[in-house]
Amino acid sequence: MKCEELLAMLNEYVDGTVDPALCKEFEQHMAGCNPCQVVVDNVRKTITLYKAGRPYELPAPFRERLHETLRKRWRETRGGAANRQ
Amino acid sequence: MEPSDSELVRRAQAGELDAFEVLAARYERRVYSLALRILRQEQDAEDVTQQTFLSAVENLDGFRGQASFATWLFRIATHAALKVIRKRKGLKTVSLEAATEGTDPGSSIPHPEFIADWRQSPEQLVQSREIQRLLDGALARLDEKHRLVFLLRDVEGLSVKETAEALGLTEANTKVRLLRARLQLREQLTRALGDPDTRLTRDHDHVH
Repeated sequence: MKCEELLAMLNEYVDGTVDPALCKEFEQHMAGCNPCQVVVDNVRKTITLYKAGRPYELPAPFRERLHETLRKRWRETRGGAANRQ
Repeated sequence: MEPSDSELVRRAQAGELDAFEVLAARYERRVYSLALRILRQEQDAEDVTQQTFLSAVENLDGFRGQASFATWLFRIATHAALKVIRKRKGLKTVSLEAATEGTDPGSSIPHPEFIADWRQSPEQLVQSREIQRLLDGALARLDEKHRLVFLLRDVEGLSVKETAEALGLTEANTKVRLLRARLQLREQLTRALGDPDTRLTRDHDHVH
């Protein structure tokens, strides 16, 4: 396996969906190729970091407006006599 | 114990507004962040967030739990954001797929250049406010088509199939874009976070 071939399979390897036979080849290549090993490690950490990032808070006035709009639309479309709200 | 999404959905479908508001409160930040990271404009992100939850109110009965409630919301938000993008570009019917790239992953994968171990672990890094700026800055520098795929797949955790469906792409195309996005982000983050003392050069290809 060449470095380019390893890169082409990177998604499958990182996501754990690679074919077992190819996985062995992939790992054999990494064992003998330090740069590829570091690239794979970097990619894993990149994904981990993005996954762990915190979402933005809604601006408070918008949040209030949003919930008010939702309640209004709820009553218009799903409300009626049967609705306890 | 907090009620599960599916429990809340069931109650909302039965007419409980309170249950729906708990769901909205649970996901509004992620929907807003997704929209903001796609569109990079607060007003547009607010519009998309509002449209997403209004659409959820109206289409709640059509939600059958094939995907998770979160995935369902992210799909609605993505469609709304894509509409904004098309409007900005003045395009009416051109889909993202029109800007298709070769689906042969070997054709032009960006070559890793700065290869080095990171100075800190993701767990240490994630605590820092500066890192959040670095992450958002790196994302903002990606092409839109790569950013969208990365956001849905790696930030929001949709499957490749769900990401492809949300964006109207083939799975093969989605995978190629994801690979490019991941490698470009790796490059940018490693330049900022890598330890130059451990930098490796790859001036030849190993053939095993």
